[in-house]
Amino acid sequence: MKLATVTIDGITTEAEDRTPLLQVAQRVGVTIPTLCHYPLIEPYGVCRICTVEVHMRGRVRMVTACNYPVTDGIQVFTQTDRVRRTRKLILEWMLARCGHVKVLNDLAAEYGIDEPRFGRGDDTCILCGLCVRVCSDVVGANVLGFFNRGTTRYVGTAYDEPSDTCIACGACAYVCPTGCITIDHEAEQIRGELPLGPLTPIYIPTMQAVPHQPVIDADSCIHFKTDGCRVCASVCETKAIDHGQQDRHEEIQVGSIIVATGFQPVDAKKVPQYGYGLYPNVFTAMQVEHMVNASGPNNGQVLLKDGRVPESVGIIHCVGSRDKNTHEYCSRVCCMYSLKLAHLVHERSHAKVYNFYIDMRSPGKGYEEFYNRLLAEGVEFIRGRVAEVSDWAITPMEQGKLVIRAEDTLAGLVRRIPVDMVILSTGLEAREDAAEVRRLFNVSCSSDGWFLERHPKLAPVSTFTDGVFIAGCAQGPKDIPDTVAQAGAAAAEAMALIDKGEVELEAYTAWIDQELCSGCQVCVPLCPFSAIEFNKEKKVSQLNEALCKGCGTCVAACPSHAAQQHHFTDAQIMAEIEGVLVS
Amino acid sequence: MATAAFEPRIVAFFCNWCTYTASDLAGTARMTYEPNAPVVRVMCSGRIDPQFVMKALHEGADGVLIGGCHPGDCHYQEGNYKALRRFRLLKRVLGQLGVENERVRLEWISASEGDRVQHVINEMTGQLRALGPFNGARS
Repeated sequence: MKLATVTIDGITTEAEDRTPLLQVAQRVGVTIPTLCHYPLIEPYGVCRICTVEVHMRGRVRMVTACNYPVTDGIQVFTQTDRVRRTRKLILEWMLARCGHVKVLNDLAAEYGIDEPRFGRGDDTCILCGLCVRVCSDVVGANVLGFFNRGTTRYVGTAYDEPSDTCIACGACAYVCPTGCITIDHEAEQIRGELPLGPLTPIYIPTMQAVPHQPVIDADSCIHFKTDGCRVCASVCETKAIDHGQQDRHEEIQVGSIIVATGFQPVDAKKVPQYGYGLYPNVFTAMQVEHMVNASGPNNGQVLLKDGRVPESVGIIHCVGSRDKNTHEYCSRVCCMYSLKLAHLVHERSHAKVYNFYIDMRSPGKGYEEFYNRLLAEGVEFIRGRVAEVSDWAITPMEQGKLVIRAEDTLAGLVRRIPVDMVILSTGLEAREDAAEVRRLFNVSCSSDGWFLERHPKLAPVSTFTDGVFIAGCAQGPKDIPDTVAQAGAAAAEAMALIDKGEVELEAYTAWIDQELCSGCQVCVPLCPFSAIEFNKEKKVSQLNEALCKGCGTCVAACPSHAAQQHHFTDAQIMAEIEGVLVS
Repeated sequence: MATAAFEPRIVAFFCNWCTYTASDLAGTARMTYEPNAPVVRVMCSGRIDPQFVMKALHEGADGVLIGGCHPGDCHYQEGNYKALRRFRLLKRVLGQLGVENERVRLEWISASEGDRVQHVINEMTGQLRALGPFNGARS
């Protein structure tokens, strides 16, 4: 590496030969104004505001610092009269085009321009080309370009039409030094609704994620759309980002398995009378949960779709639970999370909060006390199933609001309550792919789709398959403390099985009487566990009792009665048949 | 002499993991159903030898009910498919022997379907009651 000695405003430093001068100056703490420069984009030298004076071998030159490569022995001056005069002239030219841009006026004040000599224009774009370059060089979308020449030059899209290839990434607006590019509402629509998930394609899944590392969402990452960007990789000092990584399947040998595949919230659209998806201000509890999260998209504020703070909020309990049309069971957690949301919404927005419930189910430590606290906070509780949510106003008070029509079973009348926001407390249901998971692990499911434990009291985390345990909402709806307790139990059971170091065999395995076996081999392909092998020397089938699980399929098929099953021999079953038929 | 109303006798072969558990569930849920079907428990419906059915009919049963896990749900992976195979063949033989179709029945009942056990046993008992006693018996 060839080093160059550079002196900037009297500070002497060493830098790699041909490093851009601006970079060296920034390193030694000398400030040079820039407009068309952005660290991740190749320097362009078009705005000229970074002009400095360079003395080299007795020659004096005015150069742009952003793209001037340093060489050995140069002396740089950034604040001489000549430099200031030059920058002042450049600024005046820019003001002649864009007279009212804040960043230019701030610089003008710094360089002592009261009234620019060439007047003030009304444009806002200084043609620095950052947006054009970021779009083509970084993002790779190639939406923006320069058009015309001279005084009529401008930045735009092809044929000045809204571009099909724009991915609304917002990079152009982000780098624009004058703020003349904005992402308007239409662009927000291109991007779709405010996502429930993370706001950037690269994110750490949750605060508690293990391992605590960022992941890249390939669906929203610009790199996977345009093959460009890779900004994250270029700024990552440890070079940890690899966009070429692929999903891969790994086979891991384990001694026991805990199935904790969880639940999914009921789709609120299955209860159409509550208008989810129809009215913008009907939210699911999950969406509001995201909203009240301090690190969420609204920074913890409770806002309506149009950005207003709601004055009244209705929370509808039991959406998709305790309902013959969806699920008959109680989802157990909705009452408490509805109370929590009621508390938070009330706290954040000072809105009047109405809870519409069938029964308030608050069993658990401190839960009833929390309910009482909410009653004291002035949250309204109305006992009764909500009939519908509509925007059909009858009175002036209901204009522009969502009207919740519900029976108040305590007051004995039907009420219409106008609110700004409706929150649907959706229940829990078995995951869509629960049936596949169930087959994979050979565990049973209840009719609701939850995985079945071997015995509700005696083996609550075991399944009918040895070595497979269940925990959490995969087994049935439950709250976090219950899940943690159950997970602990499942882990202990799994450990106990591994720790023992040996496996107990079934007591009712099959055996094959070598004397009776005719060697027909009917049993061999029948065994699902490949426990039977044909001994070619002895010409008989032999059964490995360690592999046999004791189904008895081979026994039923054996034409010579050589295969028998412990505790279920042919003779025993025949005797049993005779026994049950004794009248 | 007043003859007592005919009560069919059914032998039920239930697999340990699904149908037997389901009948257990029916019991713990206090479901009531006809007492005509005493259960012979086997580990898997694949254990049910067609000879068991013949034996039951021979010993005086008016019907035989076989209960196994739903296809794809067998605790032993595929025992119920083997039961189905044997059942199909057996039904043809029984048909040729003149045994009525309703007398031998195969049902897939999962561990959570206690109500299905109740329904199937009630239904089968009703059918056999209407059909009358099985005449192919020994005596």
